[in-house]
Formats: sequence, structure tokens, C-alpha cells
Amino acid sequence: MSNFEEEKQLLEGLALNDRAVIEGIYRDNYPMIQAFILNNNGNADEARDIFQEAMIVLFEKAVSGSLELHCQLKTYIYSVCRRLWLKRLQQMQRLSSLAENSEESVPVEEELELHEKHNTDYLIMETALGKIGEPCKSLLDAYYIQKKNMQEIAADFGYTNADNAKTQKYKCLVRLRKLFFAQYKNGQ
Amino acid sequence: MDEILLIETVERYLKGEMTLQEKTFFEEIRKKDPSIDQMVVEQTFLLHELDKHADIKAYKHSLYEVESKLIEDGFISKTPLKGKAKVVFLWKKYKRNIAVAASIAGVVSLVTTGLISTYNSKVGNKDITYLYAKMKDTDKKVAELKDSLTQRTKRNPNPDFRATGFLIDGKGFIVTNAHVVNRMRTIYVENNKGVYFTAVTIYSDPVTDLAILQINDTAYKTVYNLPYSINKTNSDLGEQIFTMGYPRNEIVYGEGYVSAKSGNEGDSTAYQVSVSVNPGNSGGPVLNKNGEIIGIITSKNSIADGVVFAAKSKNIFKLIDAVKKDSDSLNIKLPNNAGLKGLDRVQQVKKMEEYVFMVVGN
Repeated sequence: MSNFEEEKQLLEGLALNDRAVIEGIYRDNYPMIQAFILNNNGNADEARDIFQEAMIVLFEKAVSGSLELHCQLKTYIYSVCRRLWLKRLQQMQRLSSLAENSEESVPVEEELELHEKHNTDYLIMETALGKIGEPCKSLLDAYYIQKKNMQEIAADFGYTNADNAKTQKYKCLVRLRKLFFAQYKNGQ
Repeated sequence: MDEILLIETVERYLKGEMTLQEKTFFEEIRKKDPSIDQMVVEQTFLLHELDKHADIKAYKHSLYEVESKLIEDGFISKTPLKGKAKVVFLWKKYKRNIAVAASIAGVVSLVTTGLISTYNSKVGNKDITYLYAKMKDTDKKVAELKDSLTQRTKRNPNPDFRATGFLIDGKGFIVTNAHVVNRMRTIYVENNKGVYFTAVTIYSDPVTDLAILQINDTAYKTVYNLPYSINKTNSDLGEQIFTMGYPRNEIVYGEGYVSAKSGNEGDSTAYQVSVSVNPGNSGGPVLNKNGEIIGIITSKNSIADGVVFAAKSKNIFKLIDAVKKDSDSLNIKLPNNAGLKGLDRVQQVKKMEEYVFMVVGN
């Protein structure tokens, strides 16, 4: 199998949240990124942080179905991490010029912009879910996030039947909708 | 239609759980009623977002698990690595020496901070960031433009630094930070209306990092009745505060609370406050809810977020005493008014605005 197809398969695995694939990508790429961050004013904790964020960028890319990186996976990860780290340094006002590195890098600005948007959306949803209170939060979590069915939920939450749980779930959804859009439209 | 019933219908529609007849009927309604259509669009979006949220959450969970497994395996190191550890060690050693030297000289810890910060900047790991701002080219252009509009040529067209200061006497005495004025050869202050005046440093104290400027411009007219007072006592932990300053070319308001009764490394002449500040905020007044000045923004921790230091306001009294010893002719009278008390915040800020100055220079 060619390198290209192999990496495409990795991304497919990533989109399916396959841990073996995640671990493989860590093992192949993390040492390079850690060395880069340590060489440029960072520490091990920050290296882990940056790599994690790059893994999320990669996941978003894999899920969105654009599985073509137009470059080696390694180069892609390095470019994303480099960009993220530069930004972090700027925010912390610790910016000195980055040490010269022999790794090649590709432009990833657009993807990172998209990633930031996803990140904001994620946080808005997280806040909205945090605000709706219990039992709504657990109920919606069970149904939409853990994808349990209504019978299970009714049993777990002590509703007399699935219909009652369903009505309660819809009430919660109405509340979530209001909270989410209030925040979302604000942020636009 | 009942909201819950509607949301249920929309969900069934989106999931494709409707019979053909139902679906046709629903699509009819949707076409006729834009509010229903809007609801479908929003609902689709919300469910999509929820889905995305669920996926990312599950994925993050996997990331954490993989990461902790790799840490356990020793593949990823958790503690700072060797190279870094050396820097930390040197830094600590250096700090201790300085602390000893400082205590001998009877100088308090803010000086230590200053030295360490200079030292650290060499290895590129500053703990403390002073909050004066270097002027960007665009800012300079704006300044030049303002000059040409107001037809004043007095001002040096190229200020390098920008910070904040505020009036402590309407005759034209302004408090700002020592680290601000020490960087400037010529100093100008500009009020919120964009009018600027030349000023000179009459006193600067590196220990508390405070300085007093005097406006020596004939165009300046004495203002009477500064509406605030300067607090002589210590503020309480958790007290609500607000600050105003010039992190940009325009005055910026920020609010927070007193988070510790001492400053950097236990410095008792300062507070730690939690408020959002940026370079340029240096020298800005920190006020409590009654509109009393309790401190002056000086620096922030460059690594930890929201750790900001402010010199205590009672230092101003000491400064004034020192100035009086130096020269009898300067009769600075500190304001003691409660003109901001009981006003709502917007009014307080509005009243305060004209007494907070941008300090620029090169």
C-alpha cells in the first residue's frame, strides 16, 4: 500500500475515533513536536497541549470528509503545531523568533481559522448545556451524546414510561435551543 | 402550534420518521409559514451542533486516555525535561541572591521583580510583564494624523511608548509608573479628548514603581474638584474594582476584584488584582465601587493568566511627602472627594474619563 493510501486510512480511523489509530499517530509524531516546542521556549506540558489541539484539528478535518492533506501527515501535523505555538507565544508575549528548523511546513491558516470557529461553537454548546441545569443536562446528554434510547433513559432517570421521558426531553430541548441561539447570535 | 409539539414534529421530520402523507403536509405548512421554516432550519442546526459536540467530546476523551497511557508507558514525559530544568534552577538561584542583596540594601521586592524580569528576558522566559506598550506604526500614524488635524507641531511625532496616568491634583500633577517614565526622554500626556500637553517627571520611585509627572504646558488649564479620593487604607480581599487605561489609542475600561493583599512574591506595597489588562495599562488607576482610588496598575505575570499587580494607593502619600522634602515650592494637594460614590458604574466611568491620561513618549 502506498504511503498516501496508508495515511488516508489513518484519517478514516481517526474519524471513527479509533484509539489504536490515535496512539499510532502519537507515537509517530509526538517526539518531533515535543522537540520543536522545547527548542522554542516551551515546556513538556505545553507540548502536550499543542499536540492535543493539533489532533483535534486533524479530527475535524477527517470528520468533514476532506481526507486529502496534500502533503505528508507528518508535515501537516508539524505545520499545524508550529502555527498554534506561534500564536500561543504571541498571546503570552513570549515571542522570540522561532529557532530554524529543517522540517518543511505548509500553509494551514484557513484550517486553523475554521478550527477556531468550531472551537467557539463547541464552547457555546458546552456553556448552553451547562446552563440548562438538571435533569435536562443529563437527559440530553444521555439521548443526544451517549445516544441511548428512550426506554433506557426512562429506566435510568426513573420516569414511569418512555413517553414521559420523551416529553421531558423535548422541554429540555426547547430550553437548550433558546440558550444556544441567544449565545450564538450574540457571538456572530 | 404548541412549541413542544412543534419541536417533536420537526425532529421526526428531520429523522425521516414521518409517513409520506405527513411529510407532504408538513412541507406545505413549512412553505406557507416562514416561522415554521425558520424553526426547521434552527432545529437542524442545533441537532447538528449537538452531534458535532458529542463527537468531539468522545474524541477528546479518547485523546486523554491515549495520552495518559503513553505517559504511563514513559513515551510522553510529564515533568519538565532536563534542558528546561536547568533554566529553572539557575533562575531560582539567581532570585535568591538578588533577594539577599535586596534585603541588605533595604529595597523591597518590586526591584527584585525588575531585575529578574530583565535577567529572564535574556533566556526568553519573562515572569513579569510591565504594562507599557510599544507604539505600533499604525498608532504612530494615527498620532501624526491627529497632530496635523489639531495643527499642533509641539509634539514629537514618534512616541515609542504608551502607558496611562491620572490626575492627583488638578493643577496638573499626574501619577503613573516609574518604569514608564524611566523609558522616556520626552513625555506627553493626552486627555480623552485627544488634547495633549508636555510634562516632566518630578519624582520617580523605583521601589513602589510610581512616578509623579507635572504638566508644564501653558495650554493646560487647572481643573477643580477631582471627583475621587485616594484611599489610605488597605483594601479587602474580594473587593470589586475597576480600572481605566490606554492599552489602545482609546480609553478602555476593565473590571475585576482584589485577589491578594500582596503583590509579586509577597510584595506588601502592592495588591494582586484580577482584571483584564494589556500593555499600555501601566499607570492606570484602580478604583473600588465607591470611586476611591485604591491602586495603580503596574505589571502582570506573563505566564499565569489574570495575575495582575497594582501598587497600593497609600504609596502615593509617601511619594508626596518625599516630593515635599525635595522641593517646598510644589504644593500638591491630593483630592478628597466622594463625587463618584453611589453613582452607577457607567456614570462613574463617564465622570472619571477626563482625568485619566494617556502617557506617551520616547
